[in-house]
Amino acid sequence: MNKCPDEIIEYMHNYLDDDLSTEEEHKLRSHLQKCENCREHFHELKRTIALVQSTSHIHAPVHFTDAVMSKLPKQSKRIQIKSWFRNHPFLSAASLFIILMLGSIISSWNKENDFSVTMHPGIIIENDTAIIPEGTVIDGDVVVKNGNIRIEGKVNGDVTTINGEKYLASAGEVTGNINEVNEIFEWLWFHIKDLWKGVVKLFK
Amino acid sequence: MDEIVKKRIKQLLKGDKSSFAEIVEIYKDRVYQICYRMLGNPQEAEEMAQEAFVRAYINISSYKLDRKFSTWLFRIATNLCIDRIRKKKPDFYLDAEVSGTDGLTLYSQVAANVQLPEEEIEHMELQETIQKEILKLPEKYRSVIVLKYIEELSLKEISEILDLPIGTVKTRIHRGREALRERLRHL
Repeated sequence: MNKCPDEIIEYMHNYLDDDLSTEEEHKLRSHLQKCENCREHFHELKRTIALVQSTSHIHAPVHFTDAVMSKLPKQSKRIQIKSWFRNHPFLSAASLFIILMLGSIISSWNKENDFSVTMHPGIIIENDTAIIPEGTVIDGDVVVKNGNIRIEGKVNGDVTTINGEKYLASAGEVTGNINEVNEIFEWLWFHIKDLWKGVVKLFK
Repeated sequence: MDEIVKKRIKQLLKGDKSSFAEIVEIYKDRVYQICYRMLGNPQEAEEMAQEAFVRAYINISSYKLDRKFSTWLFRIATNLCIDRIRKKKPDFYLDAEVSGTDGLTLYSQVAANVQLPEEEIEHMELQETIQKEILKLPEKYRSVIVLKYIEELSLKEISEILDLPIGTVKTRIHRGREALRERLRHL
């Protein structure tokens, strides 16, 4: 089409990209003045750009945003829980504490299925029954787990049976409280009361 | 605007899903425009543009706050469109005749219900021709021309979006421009 130097077309494109030195721009302009073909080429390029840019700006369809929002995956449970913990540090610490407490108390409940008695001199064990014989005086609290107690003597303190029954003979005497604990919640309550008593004693 | 966007992204990262709706609202037209010019079909363009936002949402943690959000988002959209172009058959363009009609394209279908003045119709026909010619460009030239002249992005941004050296972007713009010049000179 023309015998113009190759770099002239290159200059045209660089000019359109704002990437032409003043010297090169000068060369381009002086060439365009002489050369009809290149002038036409340059004009066509500029017109092409104007045409492409004129394609009216189109808009996304209505309800586009709603459609996107409804397509978003649900936040995974793991992340939800994570962010809940991050946002509620005190509640997390408190619930962690409660979970650990419950865990240790419940496990001690489950572990202690064996018959056990707070030993004091004078207490006689017969199968799963602890007997405080007539005439014996026990100073202190007695706790019986997973077994029964028969009191014929005297206890200067509290008697607690856990998962068991107590028989108080007519001659028997308990100066403190008599407790029977059969359910896990009572067991818990007993523990908490015990703890509280300990705390109170500590301050006395 | 960048500040607003970054604030919304920080909220999103904290787990506030609703802040994403605002981000979609800000960018939906530009993302849709890229997809429409790349694919030439309104249904496909909408599908891809929505997919681009869904992917941005899922991968938001990999976006770096010190970078421009639009560059990152347009990159997702452009890559989706390029993948789609490579997978689909080339006869699926806007100027493909709608089946069961006689020489009716989607464009003329859109225009059919509305009475338009003469110059408006001429203008629409011109737009249609230009869009057709853009769609005839090979995908590697089409993407740079769309980003440069329809989205009006800088060469640097285009090179980041397409993950190409600036030199390559320039060469492709030059070739794309020449190809379009050949086809649009008669107008």
